[in-house]
Amino acid sequence: MDLKLDHRTEDRLTIVEVEGEIDVYTAPRLRELLIDLVNKGNFHLLVNMEKVDFLDSTGLGVLVGGLKRVRAHDGSLELVCTQERILKIFRITGLTKVFGIYASVDEAKEAHGKDK
Amino acid sequence: MATVELTFSALPAHVRTARLVATAIARRTGVQESLLDEVRLAVGEACSRAVEAHRAHCPGEPIRIELRDDSGRFEVTVSDQAPSDEIKQEQPLDLGMLSDSFMSNFGIAVITGLADDVQVFPSPKGTNIRMSWPAAVGV
Repeated sequence: MDLKLDHRTEDRLTIVEVEGEIDVYTAPRLRELLIDLVNKGNFHLLVNMEKVDFLDSTGLGVLVGGLKRVRAHDGSLELVCTQERILKIFRITGLTKVFGIYASVDEAKEAHGKDK
Repeated sequence: MATVELTFSALPAHVRTARLVATAIARRTGVQESLLDEVRLAVGEACSRAVEAHRAHCPGEPIRIELRDDSGRFEVTVSDQAPSDEIKQEQPLDLGMLSDSFMSNFGIAVITGLADDVQVFPSPKGTNIRMSWPAAVGV
């Protein structure tokens, strides 16, 4: 499956919906979207990965790059993910300590609201 | 022992094809269903790393994969022809050190975490990554 991307803004949080495979071929599209969102002033991003079938280290790199960009503006980049096969990659690489990872968009929005 | 060999140009689009082929042969070889995701990801990581290395050093040269059913193991070897320095197995988790185009060593760390058995042979003439998983039956 190819990569489908969509995004919407709710309050101050920009929710990025990702569906399909994030790999060395498709990751540049996600990178471009994250860069574009930051350039347009969206500094609090929530990436919903519930429909991601595949994620490799290239995709992790794009997410880390996005996190660096938003942090430069005192922003945040957090994830929604409950799929064990995706979470395993974050655990192997130690990135569970870097990203806030939530079980649902609502849970992330609630946590984000408390941080405001 | 049965062997399937695959060569492909150093293009990111072909990595997905390599993943699909490896997963299909792993399933046919008798690798447990619960391990197929690990095979898919590990082979994808090795191929992504090879593609990036070839694009930097020798974009016209093909990348080679051997998939082998050998004594109850499913073994995959991904070989590139790009010169390689010694590969470090571990990376410090420092956000400032991480770049958008992720370091190839990070991919190696993922492979090491996924494959049942991994051996990396870097050399000035290229890198071979050999990984294997238990398999139930022959091809």
